[in-house]
Amino acid sequence: MSNLAEATTVLNPPPRRLAVDVTGVSLTFQTADGAVDALSNVSLGIAEGEFVSFIGPSGCGKTTMLRVIADLQQPSSGQLLVNGMSAEQARLSRAYGYVFQAPALFPWRTIEANLKLPLEIMGFSDSEQAARAARYLALVSLTGFERKFPWQLSGGMQQRVSIARALSFDPALLLMDEPFGALDEIVRDHLNEQLLQLWDKTGKTVLFVTHSIPEAVFLSTKIVVMSPRPGRITDIIDCNFPRDRTLEIRETPEFIRIAQRVRNGLRAGHSYDE
Amino acid sequence: MTSSALAWPGTARGLSRHPLFQRTAPIVTVVAALIAIWYVAAVLMNLTLVRDGFEREETPYTTSELIAGTMSAERPLLPAPHQVVETFLDGVFGYAPNAPRSLIYHSAVTLSATLLGFVLGALLGVALALMIVHSRVLEKSLLPWIICSQMVPILALAPIFIVVLGAIGLQGLMPKSIISAYLSFFPVTIGMVKGFTAPDPMQMDLMRTWSASPRQVLAKLRWPSAVPYLFASLKVAISISLIGAIVAELPTGAEAGIGARLLAGSYYGQTIQIWAALLAAAVLASALIGLVGLAERITARSMGARP
Repeated sequence: MSNLAEATTVLNPPPRRLAVDVTGVSLTFQTADGAVDALSNVSLGIAEGEFVSFIGPSGCGKTTMLRVIADLQQPSSGQLLVNGMSAEQARLSRAYGYVFQAPALFPWRTIEANLKLPLEIMGFSDSEQAARAARYLALVSLTGFERKFPWQLSGGMQQRVSIARALSFDPALLLMDEPFGALDEIVRDHLNEQLLQLWDKTGKTVLFVTHSIPEAVFLSTKIVVMSPRPGRITDIIDCNFPRDRTLEIRETPEFIRIAQRVRNGLRAGHSYDE
Repeated sequence: MTSSALAWPGTARGLSRHPLFQRTAPIVTVVAALIAIWYVAAVLMNLTLVRDGFEREETPYTTSELIAGTMSAERPLLPAPHQVVETFLDGVFGYAPNAPRSLIYHSAVTLSATLLGFVLGALLGVALALMIVHSRVLEKSLLPWIICSQMVPILALAPIFIVVLGAIGLQGLMPKSIISAYLSFFPVTIGMVKGFTAPDPMQMDLMRTWSASPRQVLAKLRWPSAVPYLFASLKVAISISLIGAIVAELPTGAEAGIGARLLAGSYYGQTIQIWAALLAAAVLASALIGLVGLAERITARSMGARP
C-alpha cells in the first residue's frame, strides 16, 4: 500500500499537474435564519508543489473551502478534482493529510501511538509503523518524546505532533486549517520556519488557512484572498520568494508591497459588506 | 525533641495540619455525629418499651437503669449501634462460613447473584448503547422502552419474574441475577450512549480523513472515549445490582441470602438481626464500589491520565 503510493509519486512526475482543480463550486447552508452562501461560484487551480494560503475575515468560507476539498462537506454545485479524482475518491485513497486548528491528539495514546494511529487504520505493518513514527517525529524535532502523553507537551509541540501525524502516511497534499492560530507569536514564527523547511524537504502541495497577513505572505507561493457573504475569492496574489527564505524577508520592500496588496484585498471585501 | 514535646499547643497545631488528619477528620466527625444521634434516637424510641417491661414485672427502677435498658433490649424498636455491630461481628466470625446463621454464608449467596446480574446487565447495557449509537431508528424505537422499563417498581415486577422464569424451569441463582440485571443495565446504557458519542467533532473528522471503517472508529475512538463514562455507570450499576439481588430474594421466600435474612428478621421481630443484615449489605456495596473504583484507577493510569 505504502510502496504503491510512493511508486506512483516517483513514476509520474508530471510537470506541475493540478493538485486541486475547483470549478464553479458553491455551497449553501440551510440555517434557522435562512440560507447562507458559504461559497459562491468559486474557481481555483492549484499546481502540484505549491504552497497556497487562504486568507480572509471569519465567515468568508476559507475553512469550508478546505473541508470541501477534504470531502468533509459536499458542495451544492460545481466541480472539484483532487489529484485528478473526485474529492471522495481522493479521501478514500488517502490523498491528503489534514491538520486542524487544535492538535486533536488522542489523550489516551502516547505521542508515538498517536503518530501510528492513521498507519494502524491504513494497515501498515508493525515494523513500517515504528519506522515511520521515528522518521516523522525526527522531522518535527520531537525525537525522545515517544513515550509521553499529549498533556505532557506544550501546545506548540502538540501541534507539531499533529503535523507529523498528517504527514506520516505520505499524502501528496497537506490541508492545514489555521494550525498555528492558538499559539503565541514567538512559537508561531518558529513553526512557520519549520513548516517552510518541511515543505521544501518533502515537496508536498500545501493548502493553508490563516488569519494572519504576515504569515500568509511569508509562507506562500500563492495567496488567495476571500471575502464573506457570499463566500468568494476576491484576489489571487503570486508570491515568489526563494524556497529557502528566512524570517528576515519580512523587512524587504517586496514583502511589504505584497502584504499591502493583501490588506487592500481584504478591505475591498469588507466595504462590500457595508 | 523535649522542647517540641513541651510545646503542647504547637504540637496540637502540627497534628491538625497532618495530611492524614486533614483527610479523615471530616469523615470521622460526621460518623461520630451520626452515631450520637443514633444513640439518642435509640433511647427515646425504646423508652416506653423498657419502662413498660419494668412496670409489668413490678421491679423498681432508676433513670440510669432505664437508659441502660434501652440500649440492651432484646427486641428494641431501634437497636443501639453497639448491638448492631455485636450481632454483625457475631454473624461474620461466630459461625462456620457455611453455617445457616453465618452472615458470610448469606452474603456469599447474595454476592453470587449480584455479580452474575452485574455482568449480564453491563453486557446488555453496552450492547443496547452500541445499537442506539449506530442507528437512529433504534434510538427512536428502543430508548422510550428502556426508560419505561425503569418506571415500574421492581418490587412489583420481581414476583412476576420469579413465577414466569420458574415456569420455564429457571430457579435459584438465575432468576435473581436476571432481576438484578434488569436494574443494572439501565445506567450502563445511558452512560455508554453518552460515552460513545463523547469524541469531539474534530476527532471524528480525522477518522473520516483517514477513511476509517465504522469498526475502526468504534475500536480506536468511541471505545476509549467512553471509558470514563463506563466506569461512572458501572459504579451505579454494581450497587443497584446488589439491591436487585436482595429484592429478588424477598418474594421467593428464599432460604439464604441477605434478603432472606431481612425477611426472617421481620417475621420474628428480630430488629437487631435486620440491622446486622443491612450493615452486611452496606459493607458489601462499599467493597464492590471500591473494587470498580480500583479497576477505574488502574485503567486510567494505563490510558495516560494525569496523576
